[in-house]
Amino acid sequence: MTVDSSLAIQADGLAKSFRGSPALAGVDLRVRQGSIYGLLGPNGAGKTTTVRLLATLLRPDAGNAHILGYDVVREPEEVRRRISLTGQFASVDEDLTGRDNLILLGRLLGFRWSAARVRATELLDAFDLAEAAKRQVKTYSGGMRRRLDIAASVVRTPDLLFLDEPTTGLDPRSRGQVWQIVRALADSGTTVLLTTQYLEEADQLADRIAVVDRGTIIAEGTPTELKASVGRDVLRLTLRDAGQRETARDLIVGQLGRRVHLEADQRVLAVQLSGSDEALPILDAMARAGLRADEFALGTPSLDEVFFALTGHPAEPADGESEESALEAHR
Amino acid sequence: MNGDSASRRAVMAVVRPATSGGEPPRSRPVADSVAFGWRALLKIKHMPEQLFDVIVTPVMFTVMFTYLFGSALAGSPHVYLQFLLPGILVQTVMFTSIYTGFTLNTDFSKGIFDRFRSMPVWRPAPIVGAMLGDSARYTVSSLIVVAIGLAMGFRPESGLAGILWSLLLLDLFAIGIGWVFTILGLLARTPSTVMTLGWLVLMPLTFVSNIYVDPATMPGWLQAIVGVNPVSLLVTAIRDIMAGTVTAEMVGFALAAPAVIATVCVPLALRLYGRER
Repeated sequence: MTVDSSLAIQADGLAKSFRGSPALAGVDLRVRQGSIYGLLGPNGAGKTTTVRLLATLLRPDAGNAHILGYDVVREPEEVRRRISLTGQFASVDEDLTGRDNLILLGRLLGFRWSAARVRATELLDAFDLAEAAKRQVKTYSGGMRRRLDIAASVVRTPDLLFLDEPTTGLDPRSRGQVWQIVRALADSGTTVLLTTQYLEEADQLADRIAVVDRGTIIAEGTPTELKASVGRDVLRLTLRDAGQRETARDLIVGQLGRRVHLEADQRVLAVQLSGSDEALPILDAMARAGLRADEFALGTPSLDEVFFALTGHPAEPADGESEESALEAHR
Repeated sequence: MNGDSASRRAVMAVVRPATSGGEPPRSRPVADSVAFGWRALLKIKHMPEQLFDVIVTPVMFTVMFTYLFGSALAGSPHVYLQFLLPGILVQTVMFTSIYTGFTLNTDFSKGIFDRFRSMPVWRPAPIVGAMLGDSARYTVSSLIVVAIGLAMGFRPESGLAGILWSLLLLDLFAIGIGWVFTILGLLARTPSTVMTLGWLVLMPLTFVSNIYVDPATMPGWLQAIVGVNPVSLLVTAIRDIMAGTVTAEMVGFALAAPAVIATVCVPLALRLYGRER
């Protein structure tokens, strides 16, 4: 195999099991330098395991990976010199102040004490944390903590930044701020690998997306390519009577010849359209058949629907195989 | 939206210059360890209750045992104090060393260690740094015991120099022994397991020693055990330093156990630290 050092990430056949239960089953990745790459998938799909393998925290059972041309198993030190990891859970010290966290990391990255202090102040200002600088991190809100997490990852701007679910659990405003930060980092030339459960987030930020499911990549491409492959418009109907859902499904299948996704809510069903002009005839036919819809909406597919379209099964982790439970068991 | 683009510009402004920062960083053993030592001190600063334990227990033991046993064991509390205080110093440092394992165990289970382990940091630095922080703790608690002792009438023959040499020897001993608790901290699943197992080791080690009672009063088999207990060897060395009669041989005996422990445990601890978690 040839190693292309112009790639930020080159992974081939990465596999990893925890206590016999597979978390990754052969993942290939090609991430161009300077791009934002999204790993999209539900909990337990293998996103975090992928990140931990690439960030030298885990060793693959099979396959190999190169970060900027360096092998993650044979040259972990060279890899670590060029990456930053913002983990899914607090990757700053909660007992310390925000400022002391940044100074500590500055010291560990080779800054002199004075330079580390200057850098900390600079970052706190830029990430809108100046007022909280001298408070312990445990008093921070979710959004503040996340901004500090990311600031901590750019004390020295890395060549490759891993962001594991950077916006999970954040309110919309904080999410918007994180998105702006990620874009700024990409503009400055840093390659970003981010994992997310939100299609919208991947769509907003990523140049390319890999959809991960049960330890493998089931689709890869630009957001436009992926959405085109799934169907851009989704019609979602909420029926008045859950008992009519089967009938409604048969009617739509009969009309469009396409699979209809039954959602967890017993009254809701969704179908992909090839264009928004397909929506009216369906509503029309339903009205004529006496099927009453309380709500209908036309929109981009949700992650659940992308999954359904790509895999034919809903985006739920199989019982007992969620990534977290595998990790817990491992500890 | 305006606020958002402002934050984007602000972030870009602080990210750009660093990119041209040249060579990526390398690990630096001393600087990295000192950084982690600084972190340990900050933690003590933010959680002074950690020190409370370390201070109150030895003070309690010194006062309690001196007046409780003093007259019975040595004729008077004053005479007994001269015998007991070096022992209490050793006991204090031993009890404090459990915290090495306790704090490491608490630390390693947190997300920040993923960050440290994905950085170009000297691998043993988090452990060595924690030990530097612990040395500060040992020194503080020893100084408090000495101060209480002086107030109660402890008068070492060798004066201030003897006290300082004793503190140094105590620190060296504790750093060696501390590796046992580091390994415990790396192996145990929860911090409280570290505490429980730690006490199981420490209790017999400190009580079956010459800290409280002259071994001459013990049955022969017990004397044999007390005689080879590393804690006894250290206590003897400290007593002799305080009395001004110490020999190099004695210091050698006292440091033999921690040296052996460090030789065996350091590579093991680093292996355990490096494994996946």
